[in-house]
Amino acid sequence: MSQDFRLDNIGMVNRNKKISFTFNGKKYFGYEGDTIASALIANGVHLVGRSFKYHRPRGFFGVGVDEPYAILQLERNNERDPNIRATEQEIFDGLEVKSVNCWPSVNFDIGAINNFLRMFFPAGFYYKTFMWPPSFWYKIYEPFIRMAAGFGEASIKHDKERYEHKYEYCDLLITGSGPSGLASAYAAAKNGARVILAEDKPRYGGSLLTSDVNIGNQTGTEWSEKIITELKSMSNVIVKNRSQVFGYYDHNMLVMSERISDHLPKTQKYLPKQRLWYIRAKEVLISSGSIERPLVFGNNDTPGVMLSSAAKEYMKVYGVLVGKKPLIFTNNDSGYETAIEFKKNGVNPLILDTRKEPSSDIITEAKNLGIEIKYSYVVVAAKGYKKVKSADIAKISENKKDLSNIENIECDCICVSGFWTPSIHLASQSGNKSEFNEKIDAFVPKKSKQKENTIGSANGKFTLEETINEAFDKGYEVSNKITENNNKVSIPTVVEKKSSEHDKFWCVPLPKGKSYKRFLDFQNDVAVTDIELALREGFRSIEHVKRYTTLGMATDQGKTSNLNGLQLVSDIENKVVPQVGHTTFRPPYTPVSIGAIVGREVGKHSKPTRKSPMHEWHKKNNAVFVDAGVWLRPRYYKQGNETLFEASKREAKNVRKNVGVCDVTTLGKIDVKGPDAAEFLNRVYTNAWLKLPVGKARYGVMLREDGIVMDDGTTTRISENHYHMTTTTAQAANVLSHLEYYLQLVWPELNVNVVSTTEQWAGAAIAGPNSRALLMKLFPNTNVSNEDLPFMGYKEADLFGIPAKIYRISFSGELAYEVNVESDYGNFMWEKIIEVGKEFQIQPYGTEALSTLRIEMGHVAGSELDGRTIPHDASLEGLVSKKKDFIGKRSLSRSAFTKPDREKIVGVVPLDKKTSIPEGSYIVKDPKAKLPNPKLGHVSASCWSVEYDNPFSLAIIKDGKNMIGQKLFAMSPLKNKTIPVEIVSSHYVDPEGKRVRA
Amino acid sequence: MLYIFCPHCGSRSQNEFAYGGDATVKRPELNKEISDQEWNNFVYLRKSPRGKHLELWHHISGCRQWIKVERDTSTHEIFKTYKAEELTE
Ligand SMILES: [Zn+2]
Repeated sequence: MSQDFRLDNIGMVNRNKKISFTFNGKKYFGYEGDTIASALIANGVHLVGRSFKYHRPRGFFGVGVDEPYAILQLERNNERDPNIRATEQEIFDGLEVKSVNCWPSVNFDIGAINNFLRMFFPAGFYYKTFMWPPSFWYKIYEPFIRMAAGFGEASIKHDKERYEHKYEYCDLLITGSGPSGLASAYAAAKNGARVILAEDKPRYGGSLLTSDVNIGNQTGTEWSEKIITELKSMSNVIVKNRSQVFGYYDHNMLVMSERISDHLPKTQKYLPKQRLWYIRAKEVLISSGSIERPLVFGNNDTPGVMLSSAAKEYMKVYGVLVGKKPLIFTNNDSGYETAIEFKKNGVNPLILDTRKEPSSDIITEAKNLGIEIKYSYVVVAAKGYKKVKSADIAKISENKKDLSNIENIECDCICVSGFWTPSIHLASQSGNKSEFNEKIDAFVPKKSKQKENTIGSANGKFTLEETINEAFDKGYEVSNKITENNNKVSIPTVVEKKSSEHDKFWCVPLPKGKSYKRFLDFQNDVAVTDIELALREGFRSIEHVKRYTTLGMATDQGKTSNLNGLQLVSDIENKVVPQVGHTTFRPPYTPVSIGAIVGREVGKHSKPTRKSPMHEWHKKNNAVFVDAGVWLRPRYYKQGNETLFEASKREAKNVRKNVGVCDVTTLGKIDVKGPDAAEFLNRVYTNAWLKLPVGKARYGVMLREDGIVMDDGTTTRISENHYHMTTTTAQAANVLSHLEYYLQLVWPELNVNVVSTTEQWAGAAIAGPNSRALLMKLFPNTNVSNEDLPFMGYKEADLFGIPAKIYRISFSGELAYEVNVESDYGNFMWEKIIEVGKEFQIQPYGTEALSTLRIEMGHVAGSELDGRTIPHDASLEGLVSKKKDFIGKRSLSRSAFTKPDREKIVGVVPLDKKTSIPEGSYIVKDPKAKLPNPKLGHVSASCWSVEYDNPFSLAIIKDGKNMIGQKLFAMSPLKNKTIPVEIVSSHYVDPEGKRVRA
Repeated sequence: MLYIFCPHCGSRSQNEFAYGGDATVKRPELNKEISDQEWNNFVYLRKSPRGKHLELWHHISGCRQWIKVERDTSTHEIFKTYKAEELTE
């Protein structure tokens, strides 16, 4: 197999390794090191897609990140990867790519009819065409736009690829390995700085790979290879290819996306696809180079029209000819370099130069090689639909307004050069306000905002000598600020050809009677006429013109279109470009895959999973787990074919009848120590704490300053100046921050320290009438009688040789104890409890039974303390001290909190004693009232009372105190249920609290 | 992402910290009679300046100390950071 457009003796691809891939179902081959673009061009394929709006044929325009056209969809193993730039994606064996934005095929695309209907797609068409009639939007317009728009189709399947994140610190980050990047990296590295050099392409060297220059008696390619090899060997340097620094964020943090295996057939299982680097750099040198600007003429979007620098790179790097009858259209010397390269490879180009009589070394060389040049000449329009077949060219008058001598000449590609645009995106993201440089007709960075400097052609320096000198100096200067090594390397001599000044002309006028489309934005199909229309319709701000016309809003962020757009606006408005200003550059510089942003934080890795020391026992005993904050807790222990409902009922019943044990390790625990600990607790909790004796626990409620309940729990006085505080599982972290806030900032005079001990203690709640009998067997040497260890008592004891703490506290409302041991003994404790508890019919119970037990007792939890309730609402007003001040107290006397009909917690029982009330139901007086039906409150928690064997719920309703005994309705519009209910006391079981004191 | 100098630990990434709001707010003294208006101002009213702002950050994944950070709210420039006990008046 031969490739018609492959050159034999030039290029950097590996000719020894053939690679086959498919494009739109057809097999092609290329060589290792080819991109999809270079391999397809080698095979003579130029039609790769359809445009966004008019579905016009699309080819290749560039050779890298600037590519606006050749966006393909990659498919492998039934997975899709949309938005792949053919100019960046390297080929590998088995690669399958498809065109996007065309149906049924790239050669015959029905959407192309838009091209003929283009009067309906002017600037702002989104806002105009599709607005009327309104009912058409969802049914017709939106589906149509969605089908016709976009660049590929994202996979709806789970992305199985592996993406990683990495954090890195360095003295100096350099973005781009062209001449300025290499030189500055070398100077800084030799001066002892920790350097990261990032290159977005596979090959290092940037423009050195394609320019005919000499550095230190070596070619550009040789010199860049030498420098890179040396940098790679240095321990203070990280060199990364296929790595795009796409975002410059606050405080010199930059984010880089490294493509690790996008170019490899999938073989290594653990190799990530991409890695996102978060780099905190002391200094940044932006050496991201520049992008060639297009010239604008009729049908300048036809496949075969491309940047002249791209044509040169296809030859020099890939050994590929973009055409055999090239037309070079240029306003500067860069086009000549491309022409010379064609000529050297046996192809005869024709140069059209917009300038009248330029002269320079390069032009002389072209002349000497016998290349045909026409001065003051322009391309009027490209001809050919799916590929350039010829071009109408003309002589242009001195004022660049009139065309004459229009003729048609045959050609198969048109290589354009409208001079160069510095890539200032990163500098702009850093906050650097750019300024317009008249000499190069482009914006360059102004004053550094963060610790960044822009060098080389990104800074508007277009000669190699200037670039190299500046880069060596800057590399030394910024590194020396950090290392102070004063180690300066010598700058090599540079030999390059001198070029002449560019022409400011860039947009070819239309010949009389012709209405060719002249495109500015190639990806979003924005033409000269669209900008003209937007201005006629009164849009003035460049930000508005951009959004109205969508200029520069495509995935390429207008890398090739921004400046021409600005130029056009300023021409029409008779302004200069700096008066028009430019739109803001925002990250990312190039598209970044969502997978890379997410990294490894997917599925179970999206948050840590915390397990109690008894987790394995729970698992072995058929626990079904539930997420409780970051913890995994047993919800119930399944026996046989039990359902959740059956199992939780059995477990709860057993607590009421015999004894149960529940893993309460997840409760937040905070050690509060210091001589002022009692005073501190007295300020934190609503109730009184100064007189709590050692060895006693107390239930406490804490508020936020706005009077809302923040958390509740029991706190035990372990010794004179030592308290053991417990919090709810969910609020543990917030409570600790809250306590630290008051100790460090509000009352620093209090001598108190707090520290989290949640993970230091494993806890088991032993609850039920048999619990004391069980405790007597667990702690034979400790007196656990009601007299010696009363309700809210505390004791230290010995559990088969292990030190344990016993707190007589109860959430279930039964006689209950909480036993704590050091976490490492947690499983030992648990197994002993189960083993010894057998004779007392012990059963473990999960969170579902725990809920049932607390609901029927009327004990509040997170569903009642939901960030909206004050103590009164949860019937906790008895715990609010009238005598002392505490956090949030002043708020409780505000009028809304003291209204007589303030909401209060009540119990709710269905009249039929059968129908469970969905949580979240409204309580209303009249279910048939006119909507919106005034609601009295809502159902916060529901259970099946095991005590009475009927449904029971808690609700927080208006004037709850006076509603007891009323017959009302619970309505759940969500479940479409209306249930007649009776309001009862929230303390449904054992309202006197006899059991806990038994 | 901000790079915050903790006076106890050194420069650390923002993701080690939790934001704590205006550092100049002073809690009224305990047991002091104050009007609804004064209390309301303390609980709810905060300035939201464009520019220099003294604010609290909690080094939650580090030393667990609350610190004061003088930051420009529009440029994110951090001028200086202080320990909790500094700048109390
Ligand atoms: Zn710290």
